Amino acid sequence: MAADAHSPLAQFEIKPLLELHPFGIDATFTNASLIMVVVVALITLFIVAGMNKATIVPGRFQGMVEFFYEFIANLLQENTGSAGRKFFPLVFSLFMFILACNLIGLFGVFTVTSHIIVTFALALLVITIVTAVGFIRHGAHFCSYFVPQGAPMWLMPLMIPLEIISYLIRPISLSVRLFANMVAGHVMLTVIGGFVVGLNGLLIGFGVIPLAAIPLIFALEVLVALLQAYVFAILTCIYLNDAIHLAH
Amino acid sequence: MPQFDPSVFSELLVWLALTFVALYLLMSKFALPKVAAIIDARAERIQGNLAKAEAIQAEAAGVMAAYEKAIADAKAAAQAEIAKAQAQIAADTAKREAEFAQRLGAQTQDAEARIKATKAEAVAQVKAIAADLAGSIAGKLTGAGVDAAAASAAVDQALKERA
Repeated sequence: MAADAHSPLAQFEIKPLLELHPFGIDATFTNASLIMVVVVALITLFIVAGMNKATIVPGRFQGMVEFFYEFIANLLQENTGSAGRKFFPLVFSLFMFILACNLIGLFGVFTVTSHIIVTFALALLVITIVTAVGFIRHGAHFCSYFVPQGAPMWLMPLMIPLEIISYLIRPISLSVRLFANMVAGHVMLTVIGGFVVGLNGLLIGFGVIPLAAIPLIFALEVLVALLQAYVFAILTCIYLNDAIHLAH
Repeated sequence: MPQFDPSVFSELLVWLALTFVALYLLMSKFALPKVAAIIDARAERIQGNLAKAEAIQAEAAGVMAAYEKAIADAKAAAQAEIAKAQAQIAADTAKREAEFAQRLGAQTQDAEARIKATKAEAVAQVKAIAADLAGSIAGKLTGAGVDAAAASAAVDQALKERA
């Protein structure tokens, strides 16, 4: 699978930094692992530094930390009410982790969220927790979630399997959405970056056109990075609300 | 695409699990309570200040009501005082007017009586002088003495005819 070094896909290559095989499991420390560790360190540092010497009237740095805190707190409150409050650390961690991975990826290092297995693992975590919450709160009654209200009885053999399939597809849609957005953005940036050289080779000065487009596409990608983290967080909240309140 | 190479799945998942669990624990046990503490403290402070402001406002309203009541009481007292003074003045005036009218009536009566007396006296004197004059004129004309009583009667007679 070794793509050639100039391929737009080369940026997604996993490069081992330290071979680790504890208990026969492949846990090699790679460039992806390094970025994940850096992301966790940066998020923690951001909050701790912002809250160092916290005051009642916040300064700029503290205000920024509080902005993220209240943004997620409000998102959770609006979608799940007070019953969802205990999931706040989870939603906050998910949002910050995805946001930081997306943004760091834009600086040409490595994008953890452009790996489907990573986004799928996160989505599966969300769905597992949501399903567990549903069964813990409502027991077997949670299965009524798959019975649409108001639909005629003879449609049930069709509707119930459809509802179950749509529920099972959630982790896939949740993970593919994030993965595809990240991959598409990075491939596009790399390809257009390649055009700068390619078009210049064709006719000197022509490379200016794709060069001018890059800052615009980069700005768009920053927006996508923010938006996809937000979408992941809000969908987590909505799924949690479904499980907590069993409302269709 | 390197993303679909299953040989990297294991290492990615292991490190994702390690780092995400670490992040979750750092956030839930360490970082987020710090933020929550300051936000709660702020909310408490704001709530406290609001409650204090409300209490002060209520107190101000009470003071205002007391002030208005005092003004109203003072006004009522002043009104009563004014009414009393006005009644007093009216009574005094009426009394003085009555006294004056009485005195004036008495004086008028007195004066009228005096005028009547003076007039009667004057009339009597004029009558006497007339009788005297008539007697002496008659005496001079006739050369005979005239009785004073007869002259007086003649004057009376003449005055009556003229009247």
